[in-house]
Amino acid sequence: MSTGPTIAHGGALALKPGYADNAADALRDLRPSSDAVDFELEHHHDAASTAQLGFWIYLMSDCLLFAGLFATYSVLHVRTAGGPAPRGLFDLPYVLAETVFLLVSSFTCGLATLAMGRRSRSATLGWLAVTFMLGLTFVGMEVHEFAHMVADGADPDRSAFLSSFFTLVATHGLHVTCGLIWMGIMMVLVVKKGFTPATESRLACLSLFWHFLDIIWVGVFSLVYLFGVT
Amino acid sequence: MSVANEAIAGHGPHGAIHGGAHGGAHGGAHGSRKSYITGFLLAIALTIVPFGLVMSHSSVGTPLVIAVFALAQIGVHIVYFLHVNRSAEQRWNLMALVFTAIVVCIIIGGSIWIMHNLYVNMMPGMMQGSMG
Repeated sequence: MSTGPTIAHGGALALKPGYADNAADALRDLRPSSDAVDFELEHHHDAASTAQLGFWIYLMSDCLLFAGLFATYSVLHVRTAGGPAPRGLFDLPYVLAETVFLLVSSFTCGLATLAMGRRSRSATLGWLAVTFMLGLTFVGMEVHEFAHMVADGADPDRSAFLSSFFTLVATHGLHVTCGLIWMGIMMVLVVKKGFTPATESRLACLSLFWHFLDIIWVGVFSLVYLFGVT
Repeated sequence: MSVANEAIAGHGPHGAIHGGAHGGAHGGAHGSRKSYITGFLLAIALTIVPFGLVMSHSSVGTPLVIAVFALAQIGVHIVYFLHVNRSAEQRWNLMALVFTAIVVCIIIGGSIWIMHNLYVNMMPGMMQGSMG
């Protein structure tokens, strides 16, 4: 199957200067169009899978960043310095609502990827828009929670517990915000360019990123909120 | 190379585009509607139950139980949403994931262990100022 491109290459190298005028014609004859198509596709195929693996490695290193923050929080969460402690500070029903918004957004992001697989542009855009709104709600609720805490005197410089809390939870929130910006850009790209190999690869990475953030949030609500209140 | 080409060519031009973008390369990274729905329902259940246990002040809502639910939910996300599996295409993804999981355990477990040990061995009175 791969002989087409190979011969084309070899042929081009072997041609003597005098034959240069005919080189283009000769190449066209030597390379059956179907092989050329296969060659192109395999190139995209490899590029897409390399991009996916590279992005996966990034996610894993991001995971290590969060591991550091989780470790810091688990060491410092008892150091309240006489200030507010987790038990009286966290509002579990509110956190449960945040969690459900993020989880549903992860699900709708998956549906957007499935719609992309069916090549349905309107469904992809629709599910991405739903995901975006749910993610925005999550970030909005988190900002509101932070504002409420700071207003009550539980600001990041009150105690080591609160410093590590704000660092961990806000880093996650910042990731979600970046994901929202990325999602907005991807929606514009899909509207303007449709499904190209590049857009598809980026959407697949975005979906990985979004699911990954939900996994981190599972760690956050379990370690910070649920452990904190028990 | 020729094997890969033949596999792609087998689907015809349209199938090849599809296969290249969604098939082997991503190891079926998109999954199916069924797998997303299963994952979503499991994740919702694994979220509601620990929240319910803690909010109802049930004696079952211990840190250990919460940790088990959290790990189970992370597993559900990895399998049903990230579609990591043991196929050949995903070997490197899986290895990176396993390696990361080990390092995460060392960082978090190690930090807690070391700091707890330090705390226990601290001379009485040294921590007066900062004890909460």
